[in-house]
Amino acid sequence: MSSITLDHHADRSKMAVSDEVAIEIRNMNKWYGSFHVLRDIDLTVYQGERIVIAGPSGSGKSTLIRCINRLEEHQEGQIIVDGTELTSDLKNVDKVRSEVGMVFQHFNLFPHLTILENCTLAPIWVRKEPRKEAEARAMHFLEKVKIPEQAHKYPGMLSGGQQQRVAIARSLCMMPRIMLFDEPTSALDPEMIKEVLETMVELAEEGMTMLCVTHEMGFAKEVANRVIFMDAGQIVEQNEPEEFFNNPQSERTKLFLSQIL
Amino acid sequence: MSDMSYVRSEMLPERAPPASSVGFVGWMRQNLFNGIVNSILTIVSLVLIAMVAMAIVPWIFSPTWNGTSQNDCREIIGAGHHAACWGVINDRWEQLLFGFYPNGTEGDTTDQRWRPIVAFALLFVAVTPVLFSMISRRMNWVLLLAVLGLTGLYLGGAAGMILGLALLAGAAFVGFKALSTDKDARAAEIEAGAKRLPNPLIFSAIFPFIAPWLLWGGSIWLPVGAALGFVIGYFAYSILSKIVGSLAGIILAVVASIVWWLFLTGGFASLMDAILPIGLEPVESRKFGGFMLSITIGVVAIACSLPIGIVLALGRQSDLMIVKALCVGFIEFIRGVPLITLLFVASTLLNIFMPPGTNFDIILRVLIMVTLFASAYMAEVIRGGLAALPRGQYEAADALGLDYWKAQRLIIMPQALKISIPGIVSTFIGVFKDTVLVSIIGLLDPLGLSNAIRADQAWNGLVWELYGFIALLFFVFCFSMSRYSMYLERRLRTDHR
Repeated sequence: MSSITLDHHADRSKMAVSDEVAIEIRNMNKWYGSFHVLRDIDLTVYQGERIVIAGPSGSGKSTLIRCINRLEEHQEGQIIVDGTELTSDLKNVDKVRSEVGMVFQHFNLFPHLTILENCTLAPIWVRKEPRKEAEARAMHFLEKVKIPEQAHKYPGMLSGGQQQRVAIARSLCMMPRIMLFDEPTSALDPEMIKEVLETMVELAEEGMTMLCVTHEMGFAKEVANRVIFMDAGQIVEQNEPEEFFNNPQSERTKLFLSQIL
Repeated sequence: MSDMSYVRSEMLPERAPPASSVGFVGWMRQNLFNGIVNSILTIVSLVLIAMVAMAIVPWIFSPTWNGTSQNDCREIIGAGHHAACWGVINDRWEQLLFGFYPNGTEGDTTDQRWRPIVAFALLFVAVTPVLFSMISRRMNWVLLLAVLGLTGLYLGGAAGMILGLALLAGAAFVGFKALSTDKDARAAEIEAGAKRLPNPLIFSAIFPFIAPWLLWGGSIWLPVGAALGFVIGYFAYSILSKIVGSLAGIILAVVASIVWWLFLTGGFASLMDAILPIGLEPVESRKFGGFMLSITIGVVAIACSLPIGIVLALGRQSDLMIVKALCVGFIEFIRGVPLITLLFVASTLLNIFMPPGTNFDIILRVLIMVTLFASAYMAEVIRGGLAALPRGQYEAADALGLDYWKAQRLIIMPQALKISIPGIVSTFIGVFKDTVLVSIIGLLDPLGLSNAIRADQAWNGLVWELYGFIALLFFVFCFSMSRYSMYLERRLRTDHR
């Protein structure tokens, strides 16, 4: 379905995967009321991996990554992020959230704050950084996503692509070790999808651990080291992108790929 | 099919709009004479407005300002004419403003009305830094020094004169510096290490203790003791929260403050009184009246109902069952009962529950009731603002690691309150107007006083002049609030600017 081609080809040699475990999910189950959304999820993510999660809508892929920073609560099994297990203990939840950045489909920038304030809010209030330091780092990341000149505007004055890049910068300002992307380009015009994807490619090249729910298969081929296909709340197939796209194993995957490619 | 292909060879330049759609003529056309029916309606309306104005204006502009009684007014106007008798306002306006606050005419009392005047001037100084961000710190201090200086001059005596002149000189000096250095130069000075003036919000925080002292009088050590309770609570929290954790720290700090207020403040005040007696002549609550009373009740109810309303709205949205049930119960109970009922409870029933002999001030009781009443409505208005926020805002705050209170304070409340501004200000205006209901329980608000004034032989039966004057003053207050809310909405708008 995606016809976006990236000008900038990712340099895979820079993307090293270490054998340090970043996220460990064991036998995790989740229900919405009586509806079983996630079933026996087992997943180990290593530091430096770029994982793309694909699947039809309602397959639970967004719910899965939202469980990783506890925007959703799981009922069974374990989720361990960077050595901290997510339990109802709020201290653990806060610790995980300060190490995991998240980018949303609808950006969710704070409309009453300027771009710069959006980026410095959490470092100042959560990490207790001095304002000057936080602002300097925010400007650094805004330059990286190529919108330093918008720093004093409000989110409502920016285009969708710019807003999403601000959202990425805002997450990066917390210096996360892991980034979660929940359909970051689904609400954007084609022209803007590209600028956001290119930002994400650059991030991958710096060795960021990324979990990305997306329908951009071009991005998956370019950047991912693993593609996970989910359906009906389960992981149906996972493989290296080349194998996944050229030689899908399960019937469900084949059907899905034939519909979107 | 003819040839469908078309390529524009050059882009069109921008042109000015046609003359008939801009300027005064364009405005008249669009808004007043837009078609035959609308033109006729415009003319009919203008004729009606002119007729009403011709009836009212001569009534208002009648030369009766110095009339000494209704009969005197009639003589001035002349037989057969109908016009206002403004003598009643000239004669009684002080009473409409201050009620029976001591003015030096009774027995051995002296004129104390400077106290409410100073209190309201200081109220103005205290609210400016809260309401207007564009007024600089320095101008705020100029205002404060000027008000205090003028008070000193008014009170007179050698000390008052010297202090007043010194304060006014200070105000002039700060004001001159503020006007002679521009904003950027000042910013550079501060950057270079120049000392900033203290934040004027400090005075806004002290004002709630000064105002009751000025209005009711008595020893200064009572409000000082009340303020010390907050200081004690603050220190208790900052010490204890490190030892027992933040929630237990808050609870213990509140307990410490309450213990101080209930058991120790009285002793502290009488002890300090013995050492250093400073005080004003006490004024009883039943002497309060007129707009002074309305403004006192209105301002307290407005200032307290907003924070209480926020807490109630958050409580109503809380996941904690008991907190939620308490908040819903409170809000629904208060909203289900007329304000007059609550005021009757305040004036009569509450005394039954009090131990015999306790004298729980009537104005204080009314203040509590009106505040609770306003808080319940405020809570619902703010809940509307909370409901209008997209869920993504909460999720983004969570994902960044902000805890509940920080997320509420930094992300949710600023946006929810902004959305609710029209509703909040409507509630404020409603509360302010509802203060006239206290006349039903015998407090002399402007309406209560107007009855008393009409009972006077000289002004027997005058209705329009008194009600008109009261309405005008209420209109000034309510309309200012309404305009302020519009200004605030404009200032806080952040989209497409």
